[in-house]
Order: sequence, then structure tokens, then C-alpha cells
Amino acid sequence: MNAGIASLAGVVMLSLAAGAAWAQKKYDPGATDTTIKIGQTMPYSGPASAYGTIGRAEAAYFAMINDQGGINGRKIEFISIDDGYSPPKAVEGARRLVEQDQVLFLFGPLGTPSNTAIQKYMNAKKVPQLFVATGASKWNDPKRFPWTMGWQPNYHTEGMIYAQHILKTKPDAKIGILYQNDDFGKDYVSGVREALGDKAGSMIVSEVSYEVTDPTVDSQVVSLQASGADVFINVTTPKFAAQAIRKAYDIGWKPVQYLTNVSVGVASVMQPAGPEKGIGIISSAYLMEPTDPGWYDTQAMKDWRAWMQKYYPEGNIEDNTNVYGYTVAQTVVQVLRQAGDDLTRENIMKQAASLKDFVPTTIIPGIKINTSPTDYAPIESVQLTRFDGKSWVRFGDVMGDVSK
Amino acid sequence: MTARALVPAVVVLACALPLVASDYRLFQLTMVLVYAIALLGLNILTGFNGQISLGHGAFYAIGAYTAAIAMEHAGLPYWATIPLAGLVCGVAGFLFGLPALRLEGLYLALATFALALAMPQLLKYKHFEEWTGGVQGLVLLKPDAPFGLPLSADQWLYFFTLAIALVLFAIAWNLLRGRIGRAIVAIRDHPIAAQAMGIDTSLFKSLTFGVSALFTGVAGALGAIAVQFVAPDSFTIFLSIIFLVGSVIGGVASIQGALWGAFFIQFVPNLADQISKAAPWAIYGLAMIAFVYLMPTGVAGGITLLRTRLATPRRDRAEAQLRRRST
Repeated sequence: MNAGIASLAGVVMLSLAAGAAWAQKKYDPGATDTTIKIGQTMPYSGPASAYGTIGRAEAAYFAMINDQGGINGRKIEFISIDDGYSPPKAVEGARRLVEQDQVLFLFGPLGTPSNTAIQKYMNAKKVPQLFVATGASKWNDPKRFPWTMGWQPNYHTEGMIYAQHILKTKPDAKIGILYQNDDFGKDYVSGVREALGDKAGSMIVSEVSYEVTDPTVDSQVVSLQASGADVFINVTTPKFAAQAIRKAYDIGWKPVQYLTNVSVGVASVMQPAGPEKGIGIISSAYLMEPTDPGWYDTQAMKDWRAWMQKYYPEGNIEDNTNVYGYTVAQTVVQVLRQAGDDLTRENIMKQAASLKDFVPTTIIPGIKINTSPTDYAPIESVQLTRFDGKSWVRFGDVMGDVSK
Repeated sequence: MTARALVPAVVVLACALPLVASDYRLFQLTMVLVYAIALLGLNILTGFNGQISLGHGAFYAIGAYTAAIAMEHAGLPYWATIPLAGLVCGVAGFLFGLPALRLEGLYLALATFALALAMPQLLKYKHFEEWTGGVQGLVLLKPDAPFGLPLSADQWLYFFTLAIALVLFAIAWNLLRGRIGRAIVAIRDHPIAAQAMGIDTSLFKSLTFGVSALFTGVAGALGAIAVQFVAPDSFTIFLSIIFLVGSVIGGVASIQGALWGAFFIQFVPNLADQISKAAPWAIYGLAMIAFVYLMPTGVAGGITLLRTRLATPRRDRAEAQLRRRST
């Protein structure tokens, strides 16, 4: 009996001692003394394969980090697999990464449908689904989904920022909104309404929607003009954005125009619309544009180009999605640095939710990344830009989420 | 050793797999079974009846959404949604088959293609949104093993899918080797002669379309339960084309071909991704060309050919080949 107790006490003491010795280093699957395994699903094939370059850029960034000695002495092993932008394939991919490859967490899976498909699984498994590459506002829901976090400014926030700007510059505005009838458009409109608050009812004189399947939005633009609106918020994807800008100009409607940051492509939207027809349109940005002459000679963009040349030479040096990949990868590296030797999934999530004034090099100066256990929206500020007929010119201060 | 003698061995092997395979592998194998059922439906229509469909992804989607909506809004248990999805798709397929009868060959292919193109947008349609969840789709719960069976959710779903697949394969086999099967094939080979023999070709073609859609719809429902999520983006036109690819690669006028085709569409994209991230579809295309070139009658046909080569002496081969052509 005594011997039993003694040996039991011995075991307890031993395990306590072991616990003390290991307190510095705690690992979940995917983390060791020398490596950190990170997983991702990405549409390298399929209808959204243009975004695949984000995954390749992120892999290239981790390659650079590894060449520099890794993070706290650990190399990043990045497994990014193709989901073809198909939710069933994303589920299969996420399961492979978690169950087969045993990654520590998932970083930057792309697409609202794919991330919705895996969200329940990731949260049930308690594996972080970190910095998802989609602008939907639903990723900022730490109460229901504590293991899922977004990254980029969401559509809701962007809508709020434009509404805020309208309140400041044109408090008696009569607002007309054109939006795409899906989660993107609706998130946006709800943001505008939230920022306008009580005034939403009186200020918004017309709200018209279109379906992605519609051939044109001409009739919607005409009806917006007829409503007497003098501010036009254009929440459309590129093809419709070009149509709407051209139509408004052609029918002689001259409102103050706001255009979603989804459709700011000069080549894909502004040129087809007719560059002179888009002069004065207001939009926003949060990352440095590779083609913007204002950023070209900054150290950040010089570094970015040097990195592109060395680690991702096949990538397009003018494509801002490569800036996106570079910037979001910096954020995850920051999370891993903060996590130190406590590489448990819980701590990864805890560190991701305690970023304080983190500034990636290629983000527009003044924008800072801040998160907390109740705030899972890392980037919440943008800077407004105005189209001058050739490119987007930044103006004013960095604007943040008014809800804070 | 005939193919029939192999069936029990394959079934025993399939039942034993959960003992060795991880949950993740079982999930993949469940998807293989799901695709096999869908391809079986397509094979009945395209392979045996000679009607080309580029729109079976649409029936798969209808099956998946029937199951999802029945579980989400009507509170039906998952198992009850399977026959419901089959019924809905069977009726939908039969009705679609009626006017489509006037269309032959490529024209039918285009009509079904249109259906597949329209499907994701119909699912997003705002007046259906209350039911379909719009672009957001519907998230489903994964069923646990019943009666306190000591199985994980993935193991249980694998057995559940396997059982349904076995039943459906047996039904297809029985259907195709009997009178009805001969009528279906006769319509493909010589519609005028079939009609002259007293086969009601229009009725049979519509019915075949219905049965085919039923199989694919059941597969859709099982797929939705396995993936736990339906959204319009899961059922794009690519799905329909990939079904046709799987069907042809596996062996279009073959029952076991459906299984081979399912293995192809489940695993070859993963393989392609591992070989090249820059051009996974180029690798996928190469694999397709290789299969079609090496096994022009599909994997099923290739296996039959290989077996006759091994089993028969050279001089009997020409004769055997002749016999095969005549069947």
C-alpha cells in the first residue's frame, strides 16, 4: 500500500518535472523543433484559377523566410493544394491537410463558398482557419466560429467607409445604390445602411439590384437617375461596373460616384468604360499598387520586386494579387513569431487574435492590423482614391471602421 | 474466372476497408462510391441507350439540394432524403426526357448542356433563396452511426453509401440484362428496327432518362450528406463534363466502368495537383489522352481485352474479338 502510494507520488513528481521541462515548448500536430507545417486549399484550376497566383506568392514568401533561417529556428513547410474552386474538393482538401498531412493550421484558403464548406469542420476539429481570402463579413464571428478569421477589409466595412465619407462631405446627399444580388452586394449595402444609421431611410432614395446573369445594367442606371439621386454607389463586379460608368455618363447623369474596390482595375473596368467617363470616381485601396508610380520607389516595393525576381520570377510583376499574397504571408509569419515555442493550435488562434498595430511592409502607410478575441477583422481601414483619367490617386487620411 | 465470380470478393474487400483505412481515406472512398452511382446513371443513358447527356451535373445538383432542403427545412432524417431525392430526380429526368426525345444525338447533348449551365443560376434565384440559401448554400450536419454502433461518422457513412451503391448496382445489372435492357440497347443500336419489333421507343427513352436521373440524383443526395454542404458553386458545368469524362474513361457501356470512372474523377485531379501546381489541368488532360489512347473502350473494356489476351491462345483471339463486336 505504502509502496503503491510512494510509486504513485513518484510518477506524479516525474510527470510534473517533465511538465516543467516542456513548459517552454508545446506542440500540436504539425509543429516540431525544426518545422511548422501549414496547409491551404487554393483554386489552381477551375473558374477562379486566376487567384491561384496568391498561393504561389505565399509559397514564395515562405521560401524566402526559410532561406533567412525560418521562424524561431523552424522552417515552414507549406502544403497548398488545388480545390478547383469546388466546395466538395475544398472539404476533401481540408480533411487531407488536417487528418493526413497533420498540419498545424490552415492559412488563407480562398473563396467564400469553399471556406463556408469547411468552416464547420475546422471549428469542430479546433484547427485554425486563418486569414481566409474572401471579403465576406461573416468571418468576423468569434462567438460562433472561434477558429475562423478573415484578413482583408470586408465588403461591409468598405460600404461603411463610403457612407461615412458621404456624411462628411455631402450630408444632404440623395443616394442611389446599384448592387449585385448576392452576398457581396448585400454585405455592402448593409454596411452603407449601418453607417448612415437613422438617416439611411431619408438619404437612400433608390436601391436597385441586378443578377450576375443579366446582360446589362442599363435600365437600372436609368431608373437610378430618375430617382433624383446625386450620389451613386456602384457595387458591381468588373463587367457591370464598366457598363454602369459608361451608361451614367452617356445619359448625362453626373452624380458623385463611389465604386467598390472589387472593380478598380484600370484595364478591366476603367478602359472599357472609357477613361474620360470615369474621372472623379471615388474608390479605396489598402495595399500598395505595383503600377502606382507613388509607391514605385519606396523601399517596400523595391523589396517586393527583388523578392518577386528571386523567388517568384514566373509571377506577374504588375499583378496586385501578388502584393496581396506577400502581405498576408507577412501577417501569418508575425503570428508565428508571436507564438514563439508554444505552437499549439490554441495559441496560434490566441496570437492571431492579439495582433497589435502590426504593419506589413506593403500595406498603405497609416493602416495597422489590430485584432482581439472579440475582433476577428484584421484590416479595417482603407484610403480613399480618386480616378484621374489614368490611374487612381490617393487622397485624404486613412479611414477606419466607424463602428469602433 | 468470370467477372461475376469476382463480385463477392470485391464486396468483401470493400466491407473490410474501414478496418485499415483512415477516416480521411474513407471519406474519399465514399466520394468514389457516390461518383460511381452518378456515373452508373449516366452510363445507362449514354452507354446503353445512346443518348448523350452533358447535363447530369444538374440532376446531381437537384438530388443534393433535395436532400439538403429536406434535412434543413423539413427536418427529415438523412436516410429518408435518399429515396426522396431519387424520386424527385426520376420525375424530373422523365419530364425532361419527354421533350428531349425529339432531339437526337448532338442536339440532345446541347439541350442537356443548357440545363447544366442554367442550374447554378437557378439555385441562386432570389425567389428560391429562402429554400436554397442562395449563393451561401446550406450547411448540413454529419450523421452519426445509429444504434450505438462503434463506428466513426465517416465509417458509418461509408457503409451506408456502400449499401446503397450495392443495391443500385444490382438493380442496374438486373435491369440491363433482361428484356428491358435489351430494348434499351436495341434503341441505341437501331431505333427503327427496335420500333419495328414493337418497342415503344419514346416511352423507353423517357423512362431511361428518368432512371438515369434517379441514379444520379441519389448520388447527389449522398454526396451532399458526405460533404455536409451544398452551394451553387459545387454544381457548375464542369461537374457535368467531368461526369462524362469519368463515364468514357471508365467504359461508357459498362456497369463496372462506372466504378473505374469514379476512381478516375476522384483521384486523378489530386495526382495532377501533386505533379504540377502551375498547370494541373494540362496534367489532367494528358492523363485523359493516355487513358483514351491506351484503352479506347474505357478501363472496363481494357480489362476485358487484357483478360481475353491472357486466357485465349492467339488463333482464338480473332474469333473472340468478332464475338465481342457482335454483342
